[in-house]
Amino acid sequence: MTVQQSDLKLDGNAIAGLLREIFTMEMTTAESTCAGCHKVHAVGQVEVYMNAPGAVVRCPACGQVQMRIVKGGGRYWLDLSGIRCLEFSA
Amino acid sequence: MSFISRGFRGKRRDAASSSRVPPGQYVVNDFPVLSAGPTPRVAFSEWTFVVEGEIDQPKKWTWEEFRKLPTEEVTKDIHCVTKWTKLDTAWKGVSVDTILEGVETSAEYVMAFSYGGYTTNLPLEDVTGGKAWVAYEFDGQPLHPEHGGPARLLVPHLYFWKSAKWVRGLRLLNKDEPGFWESNGYNMYGDPWREQRYWGD
Amino acid sequence: MARAAVLGRLNWQLGSVAELVQETPRVASLVLDVPEWQGHLAGQHVDVRLTADDGYQAERSYSIASAPEDQRLAITVERLDDGEVSPYLVGEVRKSDKIELRGPIGGYFVWKGGDDRPLLLVAGGSGVVPLMAMIRHRSASKSTTPTTLLYSSRSEDDIIYKAELDALSAAGDGLTVAHCLTRMQPPGWRGYSRRIDRAMLEEVAWPKQQNPIIFVCGPTPMVEGVAGHLVDMGFDPASIKTERFGPTGG
Repeated sequence: MTVQQSDLKLDGNAIAGLLREIFTMEMTTAESTCAGCHKVHAVGQVEVYMNAPGAVVRCPACGQVQMRIVKGGGRYWLDLSGIRCLEFSA
Repeated sequence: MSFISRGFRGKRRDAASSSRVPPGQYVVNDFPVLSAGPTPRVAFSEWTFVVEGEIDQPKKWTWEEFRKLPTEEVTKDIHCVTKWTKLDTAWKGVSVDTILEGVETSAEYVMAFSYGGYTTNLPLEDVTGGKAWVAYEFDGQPLHPEHGGPARLLVPHLYFWKSAKWVRGLRLLNKDEPGFWESNGYNMYGDPWREQRYWGD
Repeated sequence: MARAAVLGRLNWQLGSVAELVQETPRVASLVLDVPEWQGHLAGQHVDVRLTADDGYQAERSYSIASAPEDQRLAITVERLDDGEVSPYLVGEVRKSDKIELRGPIGGYFVWKGGDDRPLLLVAGGSGVVPLMAMIRHRSASKSTTPTTLLYSSRSEDDIIYKAELDALSAAGDGLTVAHCLTRMQPPGWRGYSRRIDRAMLEEVAWPKQQNPIIFVCGPTPMVEGVAGHLVDMGFDPASIKTERFGPTGG
């Protein structure tokens, strides 16, 4: 099978389960403000690369890395430095 | 482990483990593509390679200049931290020893940096002494962009995330600094034989 | 935005295979009894985890195909020959085998029904699965929401749920199904015979004045192409929800 690069790009729906291991809320409906371009997207809409040592989340508007999630050896590492704000309903 | 899926074996464990396969790894025959973002498409006419940082005279090559450097052909086993190992991969490129020839530096570390923004850190002594290359051919063919072409770093004795795809240069550093994965859980060194996958391994 | 209730810990649970339905030569549905299932919304998925006897594990996500109203939980899986999990689920698994899963997961690509806006569903290949959950939910809840499914398959044999879609669209309650076959068409085929393009979307889509809710699911290039056309056609980007399938689903 020839894997097209574009096929490796998924979206936030693909990490819904992983995020639910960490957060007590359904995260794909949360809205994240990109620290780079300040555009707002639902987490379900963001670009996700899973074929990597961790999950890499990028802004659909500017491409900046928003989140990195590494899971291994019984631990998680969660880098949210590319997100300025995450908004949830109460 | 309480639950076992009846009849499930998984794809791995095709090859018997051998002295060439580090602990926790399995052998693949294909060449999996890993990517943390869109694949950069770098035209040869735009491509440059630089050595900068703790160096008096930064060095820079165009593609044409770089291709005139002496080349080496090496066959190496590579080990990805996602647990696949690929044996006998054949590469052609320029030794990092050649790239750093004549460089006077107090640096003990390098940060490899790439088109697309990827970075990874290594001790200088792990990219010198015939241990690392900037490779632009794989299996006798120009390196495909999805595997890091035009050129990628090749440091086969460390986990393959250290072999930065789309490499654009080396920054010489006095102090070790974490790169893209090393700042988020992955090991600063990454020796597959000691299973140095994560922080503290 | 949607409400984000605090949920419990997402635990793995065991389901038992009650029924296997071969949908196409490469696609099968697994109908599961999951004793502790808490219910789901149309469009959500489950994570499936397989464990070998030496502890090796592989995990994949699959969309739920059944309606929330259905007694049993169904997932529909396409067998990818070089995959790891799908050849087990489609080929190895037998009736009354146990499958470990957790869910429901996701809340973005979800249709709850209960509003007047028409639905436009666009599917490529096994991307039809979460959209089928919406169609089944629509039918089970006696909704008459005007709904169009535009569904792209490689050949007639690859159309998943064909008989059920034929029956549901013949019921006359507002569901229209338009098929396109991209590689091979049977003699006398009257559907589309090309990849989904803008002209096709213009023929089947609801007028943008009706402000349809749009769900697009399939391989990444197809999803991005369709979403781009729909934005160019003037649909509100906030009304277009997409879900991409990729080879990590093997």
